[in-house]
Amino acid sequence: MSYTPTEIMTVVASRAVRNDDVCFVGIGMPSAACNLARLTHAPGVTLIYESGTIGTKPDVLPLSIGDGELCETAVTTVSVPEMFRYWLQGGRISVGFLGAAQLDKYGNINTTVVGDYHNPKVRLPGGGGAPEIATSCGEIFLVMQQSKRGFVEKVDFITSLGHGKTGKEREELGIKTKGPSKLITDLCVMETHPESKEFIVTSIHPGVTREQIQDNTGWTLTYADNVIETAAPTERELSVLRDLNERTARTHASD
Amino acid sequence: MAKFVSLKDAIAEYLHDGDVVAMEGFTHLIPHAAGHEVIRQQKKNLTLIRMTPDLIYDQLIGSGCAKKLIFSWGGNPGVGSLRRLRDSYENGWPHKIEIEEHSHAAMASAYEAGAAGLPCAIFRGYLGAELAEVNPNIRSVTCPFTSEKLAAVPAIRPDVTIIHAQKANKNGDVLIEGIIGIQKEAALAAQRVIVTVEEVVDNFDDVHTNACILPAWTISAIATVPGGAHPSYALGYYPRDNAFYKNWDAIAADREAFTQWIKTNVLEVGPDVFAQKVKWLEK
Repeated sequence: MSYTPTEIMTVVASRAVRNDDVCFVGIGMPSAACNLARLTHAPGVTLIYESGTIGTKPDVLPLSIGDGELCETAVTTVSVPEMFRYWLQGGRISVGFLGAAQLDKYGNINTTVVGDYHNPKVRLPGGGGAPEIATSCGEIFLVMQQSKRGFVEKVDFITSLGHGKTGKEREELGIKTKGPSKLITDLCVMETHPESKEFIVTSIHPGVTREQIQDNTGWTLTYADNVIETAAPTERELSVLRDLNERTARTHASD
Repeated sequence: MAKFVSLKDAIAEYLHDGDVVAMEGFTHLIPHAAGHEVIRQQKKNLTLIRMTPDLIYDQLIGSGCAKKLIFSWGGNPGVGSLRRLRDSYENGWPHKIEIEEHSHAAMASAYEAGAAGLPCAIFRGYLGAELAEVNPNIRSVTCPFTSEKLAAVPAIRPDVTIIHAQKANKNGDVLIEGIIGIQKEAALAAQRVIVTVEEVVDNFDDVHTNACILPAWTISAIATVPGGAHPSYALGYYPRDNAFYKNWDAIAADREAFTQWIKTNVLEVGPDVFAQKVKWLEK
């Protein structure tokens, strides 16, 4: 079965989610991956959106983090301060699944500005929940389409901390959580090196070359000793994803 | 004690030029009709506080009502930018807005501190985040028991908080259901509270005892505005008008299109148009 780069990215991202995870879900690609996981291999996963919906099971992907269906299908809906104080800061969440506008090899995320903060070239929406998600969740998975513009040597602004500017910042700041551990793109999977804390390529999607990955990355890539080929999406993964996308498109078209 | 008044009278009496104003509702129950009334009355120099400025503040900023914005995520959810906010901040149209930027955890904690009568909020946050370097209102305290360094931000104490809710009863108590967001904290942190509601019912006898209810004596004024959250939504009444959020992008992208939209849809009409806006969305 053939598939698009976005489809393999979503499917591979979904495989990172475990059945017993409690997952803080970012909108967009993370939301697609987390719901695909719930509809395939991880039916027991608890999905949480920052609007306060805990254990939500939407039939279609929400446009915003607070669409009504997230609340209607949730185990419970709590207030926003309760969400951030008891559930996130309280250490109840195993995985934060995020996207980014710009990220670097240490998994630092920029969603604030391109250029200088006070005199930006492009003003982006900002951090929202991400600065505290990045440090309070057990670990962070990132999913993002790979490009030189998005994958940079050094982010313009650290909105949300990855492993800092040297890889040592989390330890220096006394942060106990793991931070970014996995990055899924449309070309490959990268994982955080246990010592250097830099992303290293561990798995390459079928048909993708090392040159292609490097051409779409702003830093010089490092590869694991035994890089594997990513398993192609199965028929079931693809059909469940396509059904989900089709239901979503139909619902939002009639909005 | 809550007074039942028209939206026009509520805004005229309780919201003044130069006020610090919070209009809350986290994606859900955003008080858009009240925002339009503020534009119609051409209030000026407001400090606008909202976790997610959304279309409501994009419209107020583009209409020249705001001096300063305090926020934590300034986008059009699922769509992209808030183009009026960006035009004001990047290009100074209609004037340059001042911004104070936080994270959601900080704003949520700051509202809670305001409701609790505390001067500041303390939480574990902003670790390694560069907002702490550009916003002088992000500071830290050391825990006197463990010596852990914790983030501190000032409490939010609005002059006026405005929210939209599903129902009031005849006594003036207000019921909020679904994604309750930060409304209770924003209301209890404020000097004055204006609430728009979908409807007024006799009593809340059929409501669960643990429901989110603001007693009448915490509220200044209630105005009935069916559809008053549109294009946001009111759970149990009408869904989010996602198509409008998408269409807003093109309207807000162009100064002339925006000005015309405000003229036709805000300045030349009244709050009664909101009931029509949600007619086709109702379940």
